[in-house]
Amino acid sequence: MTTYRTRMGDGHAVEMSADELRRDIDAGTEEAADRGKIPALTESERDYLFDLFTSPARVVGVEQGHEVILTDDGSVNALYGAQSSSGVGVPVSREMGIRVYERAFSMDTMEVGHPDYSYKPVKPIVALEQQCLESVLAATIIPMYYGAMPNLALYAKPDGPFGNPADLMPQGKIAEAREAQEEAAEVCRRDMVYVARKMAESGADGINFDTTASAGDAEFLATLQAVEELAKTTDLSIEVGMAAEFVLGMHGKVTYDGVRLAGLYPHQQVKLVEKAGAHVFGPVVNTNTRRSSAWNVSRAVTFVKACSEAATIPVHANVGIGVGGVPMCETPPVSMVTRASAAMVEIGRVDGL
Amino acid sequence: MGSGDPFGMPVSHALASGMGGIRTAGDLVARMQLHRKMRLPEAKRYVAEKLKVSSIDLSDEVAMRELREELDIGVITSVPGAARGLAAKARIARLLEIEIASVRIHQGKAEAGF
Repeated sequence: MTTYRTRMGDGHAVEMSADELRRDIDAGTEEAADRGKIPALTESERDYLFDLFTSPARVVGVEQGHEVILTDDGSVNALYGAQSSSGVGVPVSREMGIRVYERAFSMDTMEVGHPDYSYKPVKPIVALEQQCLESVLAATIIPMYYGAMPNLALYAKPDGPFGNPADLMPQGKIAEAREAQEEAAEVCRRDMVYVARKMAESGADGINFDTTASAGDAEFLATLQAVEELAKTTDLSIEVGMAAEFVLGMHGKVTYDGVRLAGLYPHQQVKLVEKAGAHVFGPVVNTNTRRSSAWNVSRAVTFVKACSEAATIPVHANVGIGVGGVPMCETPPVSMVTRASAAMVEIGRVDGL
Repeated sequence: MGSGDPFGMPVSHALASGMGGIRTAGDLVARMQLHRKMRLPEAKRYVAEKLKVSSIDLSDEVAMRELREELDIGVITSVPGAARGLAAKARIARLLEIEIASVRIHQGKAEAGF
């Protein structure tokens, strides 16, 4: 029996038959359709994925003319950083690294970001960050974001002044946990607006809220409120990239524009992000390490296709390690990264990645 | 994109599906997404009209290398005398009829009185 070399969601190689690949493509899209209450992929879209995963080619790509815009989060810490940022430890400055990304990697956009990639730690050193941004803006041509994570968890004890919902909820202190998140969200919103305004003063093309809602629905609310304020008062282009496919209900009751935030999937998230005034939305679909890449890519593009169809603003899907069908491993196999990349464009109909 | 080492992430996606930045017209199409919230087909159409080329030419490395030098809007290779940084962006802003914040700030300082 002919088998095809592919990967599991944890990156390890696996041999699968044509029937097994087809079954996983069907199961992946149906799982997404069931969870998100969205349409499953059509037969022709499933055929495209089948051809993609049975192709012997190591590197695959989109049809010529279908190329999309690339945006990146985390700035260039993958160049100078350590293992925790997938960093390869090259001794270059951020300014030098961004030039490398522009001129050697042909990136369409880039961003400046601090190695401690959250708005809270950036606030006290914002002048240093402005200095780096201004230096980069003077020397580069591609659009330049400033980026960081809202990261509401940093505002909870022991890192911050507010009660920690992960401690309060197991004690049955639900009201206290909710109150702590509301207080933290307000300070988080203020920090995001403060830093973004400074970057606007320095001439940034855009601001990126990356890994949004990592601490749940209260963090999503803080970000939407920050977006709304910045869209009305600055000329920044605003990108909101999510942390996961599903907004966790750590609070459970917070709403935006009358919509409860807990439990929203990408095609629902994008409508609120648009309403707040953002320019680009980055949906996330998590990778299941115990399922095959065929299953994961099929599932991810089903969610993203629904999101792209619902959106009126550009959609740049997240396709880093552990999301968007890309395996969750330190050295993502080029064979699977390029398959996820091509499928997101050809089936997910994204405007960028 | 997302997390990952430089070869596994930006290089792989750039090869599979990226427009090519200033190697082609990726930065110009990106600007229309960022500045005007244009979806990809509309952004490509807009830039193609401004450059007087077809949409597929926007990702053509050879066609865009020549056109970028002719328009003096910044080229991927290091050409002495070619517009770089803010000078290239000032020309891009005029070409695409958009405002680029860093160019506006630079011009404000250059033209401010003493």
